[in-house]
Amino acid sequence: MAKYKVVHYVNQFYGQIGGEEKADIPPEKHEGKLGPGLGLATALGDDYEIVETIICGDSYFGEHMDEALPVITKWVEEIKPDLFIAGPAFNAGRYGVACGAVCKAVGELGIPTVTGMYEENPGADMYKSDTIIVKTRDSAAGMRKAVPAMAKIAKKLAEGEELGSAEEEGYIPTGVRTNYFAEERGSKRAVDMLVKKLAGEPFITEYPMPIFDKVDPAPAVKDLSKATIALVTSGGIVPKGNPDRIESSSASKYGEYSIEGIADLDPSNSETAHGGYDPVYANEDADRVLPVDVLREMEKDGEIGKLFERFYTTTGNGTAVASAKKFAEEIAQKLKNANVDAVILTST
Amino acid sequence: MKLQLGYIDIKDIQFDKNPRIENGVLFVDPDALIQSVLQDELIKDAHFEIARPGESVRITPVKDVIQPRVKVEGEGGIFPGVMAKTTTVGSGVTHVLRGMSVVTVGRIVGFQEGIIDMTGPGADYTPFSKLNNLCLVMEPVENFKQHEYEHAARMAGFRVACEIAEMARNLTPDETQEFETVSIKESFKQYPDLPRVAYVQMLQSQGLLHDTYVYGVDAKRIVPTIIYPTETMDGAIISGNCVSACDKNTTYHHQNNPVVAELYAAHGKTINFVGQVITNENVYLADKIRSSDWTAKLCEYLAVDGAIISQEGFGNPDTDLIMNCTKIEDKGIKTVIITDEYAGQDGKSQSLADADPKANACVTGGNANMVIHLPKMDKVIGTLDYVDKIAGGHDGSLAEDGSIEAELQVITGATNEMGFNKLSAR
Amino acid sequence: MVKEIERAGFPVVHICTVTPISLTVGANRIVPAIAIPHPLGDPGLDREEEYKLRRKIVETALHALTTEVDEQTIFEVK
Repeated sequence: MAKYKVVHYVNQFYGQIGGEEKADIPPEKHEGKLGPGLGLATALGDDYEIVETIICGDSYFGEHMDEALPVITKWVEEIKPDLFIAGPAFNAGRYGVACGAVCKAVGELGIPTVTGMYEENPGADMYKSDTIIVKTRDSAAGMRKAVPAMAKIAKKLAEGEELGSAEEEGYIPTGVRTNYFAEERGSKRAVDMLVKKLAGEPFITEYPMPIFDKVDPAPAVKDLSKATIALVTSGGIVPKGNPDRIESSSASKYGEYSIEGIADLDPSNSETAHGGYDPVYANEDADRVLPVDVLREMEKDGEIGKLFERFYTTTGNGTAVASAKKFAEEIAQKLKNANVDAVILTST
Repeated sequence: MKLQLGYIDIKDIQFDKNPRIENGVLFVDPDALIQSVLQDELIKDAHFEIARPGESVRITPVKDVIQPRVKVEGEGGIFPGVMAKTTTVGSGVTHVLRGMSVVTVGRIVGFQEGIIDMTGPGADYTPFSKLNNLCLVMEPVENFKQHEYEHAARMAGFRVACEIAEMARNLTPDETQEFETVSIKESFKQYPDLPRVAYVQMLQSQGLLHDTYVYGVDAKRIVPTIIYPTETMDGAIISGNCVSACDKNTTYHHQNNPVVAELYAAHGKTINFVGQVITNENVYLADKIRSSDWTAKLCEYLAVDGAIISQEGFGNPDTDLIMNCTKIEDKGIKTVIITDEYAGQDGKSQSLADADPKANACVTGGNANMVIHLPKMDKVIGTLDYVDKIAGGHDGSLAEDGSIEAELQVITGATNEMGFNKLSAR
Repeated sequence: MVKEIERAGFPVVHICTVTPISLTVGANRIVPAIAIPHPLGDPGLDREEEYKLRRKIVETALHALTTEVDEQTIFEVK
């Protein structure tokens, strides 16, 4: 018996059921290897055995992901394989997304997963941080090269070997930052990098600069005197005593607090939980971060319709962009439900 | 300017009524030494403890780490403008107690002090687990003002370090090393064929408790300036900084600046290291603009081909870093930046608050958000009372069994942005 | 954060000191603030002056919210 059990996922075409006309078949399982699994088995060698192949139509998966995924993960759980391989999907969009989604779900069971795709496959960008996606050519003509490349990485994962960098191993960069101990200390690496850069030689940056996406500006407020304005801050202003214990850094939550009946923030009712700046000034007078006093006056004078009765707060420093994004999405939903017209966001 | 460092290797520290250094062992008399600390009326109580490499000891909350040094020949004294007159330092001979440090510990400020583990997984991440540490544990009086007490604690550490270093004045060093930076005119003649390189060091200066001092001057009140790298070896730059433990530069880091060390090592071989520019990280945008304009101007003035820029801290200083980098690049000077990352516990987030395609050569000290599990240690120097509150900790970080689960941020010096460590991320 | 809220369809004005970061992260309406520890205040002023300063910044922010923009715009406090 082979040392390592493998489950392989393919679509209706590679599962030899049919072409586009069969793309709406629900998941089915097939004992042993099939289609690209044959080559894969050879590349994996005798220690590995593809014990089951799971097939699903690409359209079915795309339209019924919520139904297909639990079925597939249940079958995988029954087998408890040491390794899960999907595809390769080359540049087939629906297939790529399916491979990525299935690998992600199986990966959550603690089973190592590998798939293969062309870089521009939409599934690559969607799932690159959830599974290892080996770079392939854009069509099945690349099968001969893709299969051994996937097998090589799959074996490393199954055997618990550490993967090298995306560049060395030929997979799509995962976008997941992992710490490791380098050979040399950072200052030495910096001098070496500078010497190369000065000589016009190639060098590899340790952190490629990200590109931030943009959002189209929302339309302006038409009539301020009728508008409800909400306050949001990343400056960590919280009610006195920080009742929800929002962290001073790397916040895992945001706070939602009432300012009903409060005309002015002062040390008796508020403070800051932020650990990234000198807290003295905000603790003395939190209006310096969250201008409740001014907006109350404007509300009284009819310059604005209303100051929304709750504010939202978190600490911005060291807080992961993904967490901030999640907080903001939730906050936006709440503001929308409350018919808020515009938001003032203050940062420290 | 030329400085000779004479290293006296310290292999162990012991308490003894007769203070001396003998066969690599430092003997200190805690009762006598504590007197200079207790002079300060803000310090109610203080005592010393010793932590050695490999011992099951956790030191927290750590404020600063200081290496005892004494000026043996040449102008001025160690920590000019603070412990000695403001006379320019950086030339002559300085004796260094190598292999040890003075660590200041205790209830110091709100939430930003760190952990040093002397063994276990945490020890791998801090350079200070490899040193014999004389820990000065302090307790403030009631109703102190944070910044006044920070000052008192900072000074206490320096006083102790200087007093100890005095014992090394007349000893013969185990090893000596010479460092020299020549005038601009000389530097052109010295290595005319090698690319000219400067070091741009950013100093944390965001405000009270986030400060650095240069010859005793608060760095937020300086404009960028030029300093001889050897001046930093004599304590020209000190830490008064309480930002996240992992990427704050302790005084020890400033005294042993690894960028300066590596640039000197490459000097005359692959590069011509011509000098150091220091700048700040202020909270006003106008200051950020002015300071980054000036660093670029000074690099241009030094006529360098390349520069290494090191950051301190994270968040809005990421903007200072990017401004320094892009403005220096715009002068036609090639840069490498050293920073660290806040990519989230899962490593999937954007690592920096600011970015620019010109920053195409970046060295990272690792992802500070990485979660680390620190098993219980037999002994705690200081107190575990603040583990949940320090930056990188969270409610429940400290488990009942004495173990800690927190982000790497909590460990002193873990993701240092001068490139002190081997840690990186990919 | 500012981007995700704007994505939901409301105008958002970002009051912050470090406007370069705000530009990088994609805020569309930006009002420069005083300093990081006190974006809408200045402890060097007396209470009344400080309040006036804060009011000016908030007025600028409201002006930004009522102004149509088609690209990232910094509204300087006058």
